[in-house]
Amino acid sequence: MIHIIWVALTLIGVVFAMFNGTMEEVNKAVFSGAKEGVTIAFGFISVLVFWLGLMNIAEKSGLLEKLGNLFKPLMRRIFPDVPPEHPAMGYMLSNLLANMFGLGNAATPLGIKAMEQLKKLNKNKDQASRSMITFLALNTTGLTLVPTTVISIRMTYGSHNPTDIVVPTLLSTFFATIAAIMIDRYFYYLRKRKGE
Amino acid sequence: MVFISAVSIWLIPLIIGFILLYGTFKRIPTYEAFVEGGKEGIEISFSIIPYLVGMLVAVSVFRASGALDFFMDLLKPMFQAIHVPAEIVPLALIRPISGTASLGIMSDLISMHGADSLIGRLAATMQGSTDTTLYIITVYFGAVGIKRMGDAIKVGLLADFAAILSSIIIVTLLFG
Repeated sequence: MIHIIWVALTLIGVVFAMFNGTMEEVNKAVFSGAKEGVTIAFGFISVLVFWLGLMNIAEKSGLLEKLGNLFKPLMRRIFPDVPPEHPAMGYMLSNLLANMFGLGNAATPLGIKAMEQLKKLNKNKDQASRSMITFLALNTTGLTLVPTTVISIRMTYGSHNPTDIVVPTLLSTFFATIAAIMIDRYFYYLRKRKGE
Repeated sequence: MVFISAVSIWLIPLIIGFILLYGTFKRIPTYEAFVEGGKEGIEISFSIIPYLVGMLVAVSVFRASGALDFFMDLLKPMFQAIHVPAEIVPLALIRPISGTASLGIMSDLISMHGADSLIGRLAATMQGSTDTTLYIITVYFGAVGIKRMGDAIKVGLLADFAAILSSIIIVTLLFG
């Protein structure tokens, strides 16, 4: 499906530019898009090196496992395929907690580590496992307690009460997370019925 | 607000301090462990470059060609039929695809309609209540080399749809 999305975005764009007279913009977009990709990846280096280094200490000292134990019953229900003692649990939990507290740049490295562990659990196949899809779904709804970027933009534009969107955002992200878990389960049972 | 920003400023240094203290207490060679873990970060950063470049070029081309605007205009009447302000449509559509673009659209909507207007609040809530699905899939699956993604994209996009829908309903109920 990612192939279709990728090719469709590009091809539709190119065909559109033919009729829209925007070929020049598209030319620029090719290189600015490529540059943005590299810029983001380079930005990742400092963040990933630092947090993965720190998290290695947390893993070796058993801190991550302790954290995993804290929410074991809940995590077990969301990720029934992952053994409760597996390091993947600790990484997934710390990723979700980092997201909740708005520590975006710590959340990404933890999420990648969690995926790595989930891949090991899945015998290193290049196919997404059930737990990976669930974990991804939880990440895409971006469960956040305090949307700091949004608040700061509202402050910039002179809101009288910049934080009054916190409650609606919390409610909305909460419902979306529940929906994500249900949608994920629905597709899982569909797959199971098909016997995949 | 003062309290919230104080918490977010204190949080990271405290976490760092706690991890180092705990590691020392458990007699872990902290510095070596840090370096060993950090090395992995370099590898991962480089390995996701092609994934990011590929996806971001596609998204940029789609946007720059005017195709995005065209599809948004096409979908506007549908949203209006269910009493959703047409101005919010671009944000709802771009939110799962591009984080920077949606941040730009949100700031634009807020500056045009006012931070405390219904549209301004709706834009802020929508931006905050979901994350960029395409980007997350690109980075997470790219970093560990998942090629067959199964239902991941479908599930992610449907979850985004749920987030957009619930932000519209909640903001209209609370502020409308």
